[in-house]
Amino acid sequence: MIRSYEELNRFREKCAEAFDRQTRKVLVCAGTGCVAGGSLEIYKKLIEFGKEKNLNVQIELDFEDKHEGIGIKKSGCHGFCEMGPLVKIEPEGWLYIKVSLDDCEEIVEKTLKKGEPVERLFYEYEGKIYPEQFEIPFYKKQTRLVLGNCGQIDADSIEEFIAKGGYSALARALFEMSPDDICNEILESGLRGRGGGGYPAGKKWQQVSRQEEKERYVVCNGDEGDPGAFMDRSIMEGNPHRMIEGMIIAGVATQSHEGYIYVRAEYPLAVERLKTAIKEAQRLGILGDSVLGSDFSFHIHINQGAGAFVCGEGSALTTSIEGERGMPRVKPPRTVEAGLFGKPTVLNNVETYANVPLIIRDGVDEYKEVGTEKSPGTKAFAITGNVKNTGLIEVPMGTTLREIVFDIGGGIKDDKKFKAVQIGGPSGGCLTFDESHLDLPLDFDSLKKVGAMIGSGGLVVMDENTCMVEVARFFMNFTQNESCGKCVPCREGTRRMLEILERIVKGEGTLEDLDLLEEIGKTVSDAALCGLGKSAANPVLSTLKYFRDEYIAHVVDKKCPAGVCKALKSYSIISDKCKGCSKCARNCPVGAIKGEIKNPFIIDSAKCIKCGACVSMCPFGAVEEV
Amino acid sequence: MSVDLTKVDEILSRYGSQQRHLITILQEIQAEYRYLPREVLEHVADAMNISTAKIYSVATFYENFSLEPKGKYVIKICDGTACHVRKSIPILEKIREILSLNERKVTTDDMLFTVETVSCLGACGLAPVLTVNDAVYPAMTPEKAEKLISDLREGEI
Ligand SMILES: Cc1cc2nc3c(=O)[nH]c(=O)nc-3n(C[C@H](O)[C@H](O)[C@H](O)COP(=O)(O)O)c2cc1C
Ligand code: SF4
Ligand code: FES
Repeated sequence: MIRSYEELNRFREKCAEAFDRQTRKVLVCAGTGCVAGGSLEIYKKLIEFGKEKNLNVQIELDFEDKHEGIGIKKSGCHGFCEMGPLVKIEPEGWLYIKVSLDDCEEIVEKTLKKGEPVERLFYEYEGKIYPEQFEIPFYKKQTRLVLGNCGQIDADSIEEFIAKGGYSALARALFEMSPDDICNEILESGLRGRGGGGYPAGKKWQQVSRQEEKERYVVCNGDEGDPGAFMDRSIMEGNPHRMIEGMIIAGVATQSHEGYIYVRAEYPLAVERLKTAIKEAQRLGILGDSVLGSDFSFHIHINQGAGAFVCGEGSALTTSIEGERGMPRVKPPRTVEAGLFGKPTVLNNVETYANVPLIIRDGVDEYKEVGTEKSPGTKAFAITGNVKNTGLIEVPMGTTLREIVFDIGGGIKDDKKFKAVQIGGPSGGCLTFDESHLDLPLDFDSLKKVGAMIGSGGLVVMDENTCMVEVARFFMNFTQNESCGKCVPCREGTRRMLEILERIVKGEGTLEDLDLLEEIGKTVSDAALCGLGKSAANPVLSTLKYFRDEYIAHVVDKKCPAGVCKALKSYSIISDKCKGCSKCARNCPVGAIKGEIKNPFIIDSAKCIKCGACVSMCPFGAVEEV
Repeated sequence: MSVDLTKVDEILSRYGSQQRHLITILQEIQAEYRYLPREVLEHVADAMNISTAKIYSVATFYENFSLEPKGKYVIKICDGTACHVRKSIPILEKIREILSLNERKVTTDDMLFTVETVSCLGACGLAPVLTVNDAVYPAMTPEKAEKLISDLREGEI
């Protein structure tokens, strides 16, 4: 139990010494991606081999052993998921990529025993070998502050977190600042909510502080429902204590004593790591009736979602924690006035909380050195889709899309042409495409000007083989499914828009449909109750604006330029190439192909269901897709 | 069919009868029985002193609750944006074809497999992905999915 500021500092020194005694550290990525690639087995194997070779292997900090040790750790997501499983070697800062079980013995033998690199595991790009992690182009333009500890410490170890300065911001907030000071500092830092809206966090905290009602709550939104986004997941899994520290500071600032973390059901690993983190914090007296020996109490509870995207919306989320159907409600009263259990509530996003300790620890000025004037700090993005380097990145606010997609992301996969970036998910945001959009600095305000928004930080890159009409249909299908049904504009409007889009991809749309889509879209945006409905039309409206010609091709020419929409494809047999082997006819599931052996066959397009079986079957490449 | 309710009582006693625990209680029950049997919900309603209608209203709102029994292996194919643009649908189609399932019929008759889609598992860096009872399978293809299913089946014999 840590019972005062001094005790925390003494404990930190002890942790730091033990941490530094591990003169070599092996950090095996234990983010979801690498775990799926088998990193936990690699972790075990490394320990096993290390012990076999009589190395002083330590899986946690050893306070007793005063000899130099080798720390083998499970760390948070290193971000370079495409190249996983990843293993990082300190102090050299080497990064081994695509490590397999078979490499473990060599790593132990060479690196752990002799300090030599296993060169074949280094990242190589355009003929150049990159031994050091932060020299790799993927990392070079990043500024990893919030994710900083991911890849440096064991994600489950509170001692290592403390060794690296963890919970010192909490101590400062608790012992050296008044609640008003904290709110002011957060306000001055310009920290804006990372959950999509970009609302100033300090302002929100002040509003809660001003309420008459003294029973207040701190809620962390870890619902992260946007498909294509996994930043919050990585923070919860890889740096849980940083986020918890932020929540406790919010508690101190608003004099609330109960915190709730609402985590998506699809994130079991995050729940597990958070539970461990909470238990560890309780054990050390950082959470509980007397936080760090003070008279401030704070407890944290975890609630798991049950698969409703709309529960990411503030009022729906608090209703869901109360055990009800998670439906948004009419505002006012706002969450800061009457949130969870009808009491004043601070509701912030995972990444927002994870920023708080940085501000309190390093001060406002240092925090504001990164990022833009109106949007200080960094932003984590999940970069996915048809891009070479998928993964999790953190960059200063104001970084351009071009830098993210081409410098960090390495450009488009298989050297196809870039077409669009979908940013902010189906609800949070929109699509940007135009080449000129690539040079926009990404922050909360700049993107709004082109009808997009930063949203939560999911960036899905799309190449030329993506049909934008299909993408719009895909998002509308998502939103329609997730509409809670409470208000008519969203419930009915999204269904009608989906029907129209389905018609268009089937080749049954008309030009009038495009106008109708726009009209319904605008109505839904204006009239829906919550953010889900209000932004439901964004993907449709933005694709209509920037890719109208693709829509026209679908409705007028009945063609899908990207060759995606099945119903608009047709197959025909090139008679010169056809040898009349009958293989296609035998494999057609609906008997649409007829002909005589040794003569060219013919496809009956009325019967054809466009399954493409004939294309893949033909040994002579005689079936063409038009 | 009568259901053994001792497990339910055990879960209920751990949480008490405040409504704010309802969702957690239902989640634990589903983890135990693989779905929410009607008798169990009625029992929960009595024990928590909440109307059965209320419990159904909550149970039907959230997608993760199932009122029908699920298969031993619940396969969730991710059709989030990242997986979608890296071609997740052909994987779904393949699995449904192998198991003779479709959008409406999601569980095989032998109660071995349930096939669902999910919008994003948060492993987008490895798209397209699927999960089998929470274990993540990265960078899937229709061929790999076919092999996975036959492996799971073989494990059964
Ligand atoms: C449909 C919908 C889904 C949302 N999903 C999330 C989410 O998954 N995570 C999140 O942090 N915010 C989400 N939000 C935004 C929240 O309502 C809220 O603005 C945010 O959590 C506030 O935290 P912040 O100010 O720190 O960003 C969603 C909003 C809507 C309308
Ligand atoms: S806009 Fe849609 S999701 Fe939001 S309250 Fe209305 S129906 Fe529900
Ligand atoms: S979109 Fe499939 S894991 Fe995120």
